[in-house]
Amino acid sequence: MRVELQNIRKHFGEVRANDDISLIFEPGKIYGLLGENGAGKSTLMKILSGFQKPDGGKIILDGKARRFDSPADALAAGVGMLYQEPLDMPPFLVLENYLLGQRRGFAVNARQAAKDLRELGKKYGFDIQPEEHIRDLSLGERQQLELLRLLAGGAQLLILDEPTTGISTEQKVLLFDSMRKLAKDEGKTLILVSHKLDEVQDLCSQVFVLRKGKLVGEAKLPCPNELLVNLMFEKLPPRRERASREQKQVALELKDAVVATPRLELQPLNLTVYAGEVFGLAGLEGSGQEILLKACAGLLPIRSGSMQLGHQPLDQLDYHAARAGGISYMAAGRVEEGLVAGLTLTEHMALVDQEAGFFVDWAGSRARTKERVQHFQVVGTSESTVEQLSGGNQQRFLFAMLPSSLKLILLEHPTRGLDIRSTDWIWQQLDERRKDGTAILFISADLDEVVERSDRIAVFSGGRMSRVVDAAKTNAEELGHLIGGEQ
Amino acid sequence: MRPGWLDRIWPLLPVLAALAFTSVLLLLFKASPVVAFSAMLEGAFGSSERILNVIAFWIPLLLCAAGLLITFQAGLWNIGIEGQIILGSIGATWVALSLELAAPLQITLEILAAMAGGALWAGIAGWLKTRGGVHEIFGGLALNNLAIILTNYLISGPWQPPEGGSFRGTVPFGEHALLPLFDGSRFSPLALILAGTAFSIVMIALRNSTWGLKLKALGRNSRSAFLLGVSSNREAVLAMMFCGALAGLGGAVRVLSWFDSLRQSISGGIGYLALLVVMLAAYRVLWVPFVAFFFSAVLNGAIVLQLRTQLHSSLGDILTGVMVLFVLLLGDPIRLRGLRRAKDDG
Ligand SMILES: Nc1ncnc2c1ncn2[C@@H]1O[C@H](COP(=O)(O)OP(=O)(O)OP(=O)(O)O)[C@@H](O)[C@H]1O
Ligand SMILES: [Mg+2]
Repeated sequence: MRVELQNIRKHFGEVRANDDISLIFEPGKIYGLLGENGAGKSTLMKILSGFQKPDGGKIILDGKARRFDSPADALAAGVGMLYQEPLDMPPFLVLENYLLGQRRGFAVNARQAAKDLRELGKKYGFDIQPEEHIRDLSLGERQQLELLRLLAGGAQLLILDEPTTGISTEQKVLLFDSMRKLAKDEGKTLILVSHKLDEVQDLCSQVFVLRKGKLVGEAKLPCPNELLVNLMFEKLPPRRERASREQKQVALELKDAVVATPRLELQPLNLTVYAGEVFGLAGLEGSGQEILLKACAGLLPIRSGSMQLGHQPLDQLDYHAARAGGISYMAAGRVEEGLVAGLTLTEHMALVDQEAGFFVDWAGSRARTKERVQHFQVVGTSESTVEQLSGGNQQRFLFAMLPSSLKLILLEHPTRGLDIRSTDWIWQQLDERRKDGTAILFISADLDEVVERSDRIAVFSGGRMSRVVDAAKTNAEELGHLIGGEQ
Repeated sequence: MRPGWLDRIWPLLPVLAALAFTSVLLLLFKASPVVAFSAMLEGAFGSSERILNVIAFWIPLLLCAAGLLITFQAGLWNIGIEGQIILGSIGATWVALSLELAAPLQITLEILAAMAGGALWAGIAGWLKTRGGVHEIFGGLALNNLAIILTNYLISGPWQPPEGGSFRGTVPFGEHALLPLFDGSRFSPLALILAGTAFSIVMIALRNSTWGLKLKALGRNSRSAFLLGVSSNREAVLAMMFCGALAGLGGAVRVLSWFDSLRQSISGGIGYLALLVVMLAAYRVLWVPFVAFFFSAVLNGAIVLQLRTQLHSSLGDILTGVMVLFVLLLGDPIRLRGLRRAKDDG
């Protein structure tokens, strides 16, 4: 399907999220859509997929002007979109979710549909079980299901908004293979929104770049990354080398600690993290690294063995006591686990205010919010609700809420969804904190990030932690072997 | 972006729709809507005594609705509020029957016992939810039934009047144990002052207190609220108990001013009614007293309607019931907008 956008405009109050954007997407090709956080990528794609209405402009599909009242409307016209934030998790079976939103007759032949779904999955290499519960699926599996649902609904144009944040490497490979197949063999049009230039170079034949709501350039791929970066950012500050630090004091120590969830029991853990150290954890999603982090945060109990923060035993602590004791935990899901949709930034700040009395100090909270918003360069005001922020800005705001003095910071995918500049800047902020002796333990699916930002690294596979390796003496390849289960 | 005017007149829409719908219904039964509604109006506001009745009925309704604003804020469906009213009545009755003190002290103790009774009942529902994983709707319904059984046991057992008359209830309480009433009506100025105070406290708690903010976060996303440092279980139980205490106070007002003794179906369905009030007010604090007053007027007016015309007093129930259906039908614009916004991110 040939898709043409003409003069699309969308303003949110003062913010010009889309400012007169005109684009053409040809069939059979994969396009990249790039731009810094808050550039307006998601907004443009939501307009194209009927989720939001433009203030002005036209959508033309195969020469016909269209208006959509809803995503279902858009899908009926052949436009389907995978959203950046996974939508709420309905208490459905996979099959029910698949049937949902398809315009068919009243009577549903469940058995036939289950067979269709399985076959469709097989075609793209997805292993989908129609009887499973949605809540038991990983993020990547939910994404595969959603993709199949859109395809079965007749999507000719598929939009994927940052689809690779939060899925495993294997799932990523599968996804990309299916995307290529869809474009090449089936002549569909695909649009990939991403901050990862390597992925875009690998997959797309052409990119469009947005900045502050405007289309600022396009390029045929492959091309040098630098060219793209220059288009995306007005100016990129030079990267600072991180200083390595002398580490002596123990911040966190686990001895034969046993932690388990109903799905996975970890092998006894022995781990020492030093004050001022950045410790990276790699591994496929669900291999146990998340469980370690949750245990350190007081969200999961230590069954046996011991855990100490400095000289303080931690194994009996609950989450709130751990928080009060100087441990901060940042979960992977932003809007589901960390931010409260509907509350303003000021309300969030007041909520985490540790000196809060009976009455909320609105003036003080507002002032603090303004100061943090400015310092962390969050695009938004103290009165914005969190869901009005772009994905990257939500992440920045989470960092802005971290208390100023901490002993241990636990991070799940700290730079997920951030553009290159923001990623660098966040790591600078974290590096600053190391000076005060704060230890940082983080998980990332991006092996390059793990190698580059850590002092030491451990890899999880199947509930087992590997030996600890020195980040300066390893590379992504070696980590890849460890992830595969080699010793 | 904000459909401001729609927001502002929102509660009027279902009211008007319900009036229209009921009129059609009346016409179908060959009755005149004009006669019916004017009889109702007359029934509610026709004399000073009737107006005072409307106010007297309004007070416990307002107390319950105020409490529910707190539990709704925390995302809790406190359907057990009926039982909490009943326990409040029982608490007040217990003090009224067992002590004989000077009126101010006696009444204070009755009110405290009532609030404690309501809070206890709500606390159990909250505890069942947070500790036992029993949804507050099911726990609340069970506790409502238990409260009714408890009342029946008390008035036919330990608290049965000595002469054992045909009337099911305790003996009327002494003058010193009842709330002072205005000019022979059922309206107690003291109860009005208490309700006004309670409502103001709720308003301030929701707008300006740290607790209110925590509840708001809890109600919108309990997982995030927990991670941001809100002790979700504790706050949920506290919210329930706070609401229970106000419902209990409402129960005290019922036995100590609307009636003069503990009887069967002492709550008169005020708890369920209060749930409807808050929903119709679209969870907006300032709308609540007005909507509650409107409900009180309709229901009291309907009683007179039956005497005046051949129409049954259930017309009042039909009217309020249809209104709520329209609320559900038209959708709550605030909630809907909230949902849309929640999906509008990224
Ligand atoms: N519902 C909304 N209300 C108010 N402002 C909004 C809303 N949605 C988006 N915005 C604003 O519009 C701008 C563009 O947001 P958008 O989500 O399109 O950015 P993006 O390019 O997808 O960024 P990211 O890479 O961080 O996801 C941002 O400044 C954001 O704050
Ligand atoms: Mg986005």
